[in-house]
Amino acid sequence: MGELTVTLMRLGLLALLWLFVFSVVGVLRGDLYGTRVLRRPTTQPPTQPAAATTAPPRKLSRSEQRAQAKATKADARVPTHLVVTEGPLAGTTLPLRESGTLIGRNPEASLVLDDDYASGRHVRLHRDAKGWVAEDLGSTNGTYLDGMKLTTPSPVEVGSQLRIGKTVVELRR
Amino acid sequence: MTAIASLRPRRGRNVELLLLLFAAAIVTLAYCNVEIAVHDTLPPDLLYGVAGLLGIALTFHVVLRWRAPYADPILLPVATLLNGLGLVMIHRLDLAHDRTFAGGLALKQLTWTALGVAIALGVLIMLRDHRVLRRYTFVAALTGFVLLLLPLVPGIRHPVLGAQIWIKLGPFTFQPGEVAKIVLTIFFASYLVRTRDALSVAGRKLLGLTLPRARDLGPIMVAWLLSIGVLVFENDLGTSLLFFGLFVAMLYVATERVSWIAIGMLLFSAGAYAAFLLFGHVQTRVLLWLHTFSPEALQRSDQLAKGLMGMASGGMFGTGLGRGRPDITYFAESDFIIPSFGEEIGLIGLMAMLLLYAILVERGLRTAIGVRDGFGKLLATGLSFSVALQCFVVVGGVTRVIPLTGLTMPFLSAGGSSLLANWTLVALLLRISDQARRPMPDVVAPRPRSSEDTQVVRVR
Repeated sequence: MGELTVTLMRLGLLALLWLFVFSVVGVLRGDLYGTRVLRRPTTQPPTQPAAATTAPPRKLSRSEQRAQAKATKADARVPTHLVVTEGPLAGTTLPLRESGTLIGRNPEASLVLDDDYASGRHVRLHRDAKGWVAEDLGSTNGTYLDGMKLTTPSPVEVGSQLRIGKTVVELRR
Repeated sequence: MTAIASLRPRRGRNVELLLLLFAAAIVTLAYCNVEIAVHDTLPPDLLYGVAGLLGIALTFHVVLRWRAPYADPILLPVATLLNGLGLVMIHRLDLAHDRTFAGGLALKQLTWTALGVAIALGVLIMLRDHRVLRRYTFVAALTGFVLLLLPLVPGIRHPVLGAQIWIKLGPFTFQPGEVAKIVLTIFFASYLVRTRDALSVAGRKLLGLTLPRARDLGPIMVAWLLSIGVLVFENDLGTSLLFFGLFVAMLYVATERVSWIAIGMLLFSAGAYAAFLLFGHVQTRVLLWLHTFSPEALQRSDQLAKGLMGMASGGMFGTGLGRGRPDITYFAESDFIIPSFGEEIGLIGLMAMLLLYAILVERGLRTAIGVRDGFGKLLATGLSFSVALQCFVVVGGVTRVIPLTGLTMPFLSAGGSSLLANWTLVALLLRISDQARRPMPDVVAPRPRSSEDTQVVRVR
């Protein structure tokens, strides 16, 4: 076989090597997983228009209000999300799942807390016939629901605050 | 402020299969290229080499489908391609040295690949959860230190050209440092995940750096003494740099304190300089590094100079596989496999290969970000950083960025211990990435305690 074949082969090899690199990078592009950072909904009350003019774009906060108005019309007392408002993970949200949401330091938990005052399996939120229920799983330092220590599984609704160690989570729609 | 929501990953097993076939096609083309350039005909034993590699890779793929369906789809094809290209280059050097396929290093390398993959698959099948490794913190430490010091034990030690990083058991030679790399990473990860709170306690502030407290310096001093010991007694800067760098990097990742890096760099520079002043063999290495083409250096060893000349003659596009003379350099198939590639596939090809290493490391670090437990994060970081540092030490050594050392290029270089260790390393990364990418497990709902009926319990 001639010199031409060898030259074509060696240049083809270089081209294929780079094609492989690019196809791998292409796969990486379509392979996003893990956590996605979202813009946190602005929680400013609508009674402060003066402050709102300097803060984030108006269009967004207005659509937010519309969404909230829609929400109040529907079943407003049933929470769908969990928001960490205080503690090292402040700002994290996660959806509540029908099968139950476990909070604690255990890596298996849905919300893994990085909080020395939390137990491995600290508290569990699950759905029963009437709504969402928070249940303390025998944690060392206890769980506080709106300032009261949780001793039996208690119902929670939108706006309920759970204190777990140094972390506070709030239930939201 | 931001909020975080989770994304469900794709499994990517089919993509992995496609990329594996692509990698096998590239290796086949490279193999044909070598044979046509050297013999002018297609290789008669083409089937053995390529089919062997493809069979090994497909077995790995099937086990991944079975045991780790969510594992990263990129790691296996990249590792297979690098291993295959290494095989092609080793075969090409076999031809240059007139070794037959049956008696050459390529077949040996293929056998080691099979063995390495078998061990890696064993790890993948037996180890269902990487967190089990946390139980063996100090067993791992002891094993690692013993492995590291094994080349100094009289009776099995096997010095090769001054560097004592080999052991010889009967007909087999082995580099225990390669395995020690993985075992010590496991130890560092589980030790640091336990002690990082104490280690990140800030002490005094000096020049904008928050220095740690003096009593927390213990572990880094032990690691430093050990790595200096390796440098002095085993005459191996590479291994020494690899372990100390690995420890400092993991310490930094665990504690987020830049001061550890500053302290580590300072300690290592001081130790290396003292070793340079005290020991002749270190001075030789530095002479070969700084004055490669001086008569005194060429008298001692012209290996580095030949490697550089080879890469220079390859230029941008390379001479083409089978058309260069990489066989002139000693150890062209192990320590100097990068100059061999540089000569035959040129800067363009070599950069693609280095990019493959970068992707390998990136996938490891991405896994570390994705996994949710601290031990897994540190372990994945350590394993991928060790690959990165090893590539730096090898490529830096042959391109005169740092003094030349005797480390092997992961997956590429001829050498059984390196292949064994690196396939196991990839298996561990795949196991961790399977955990990282798996959707969160649904919590098994136990019946609420309050709703259970009151029962009479017999108490003896």
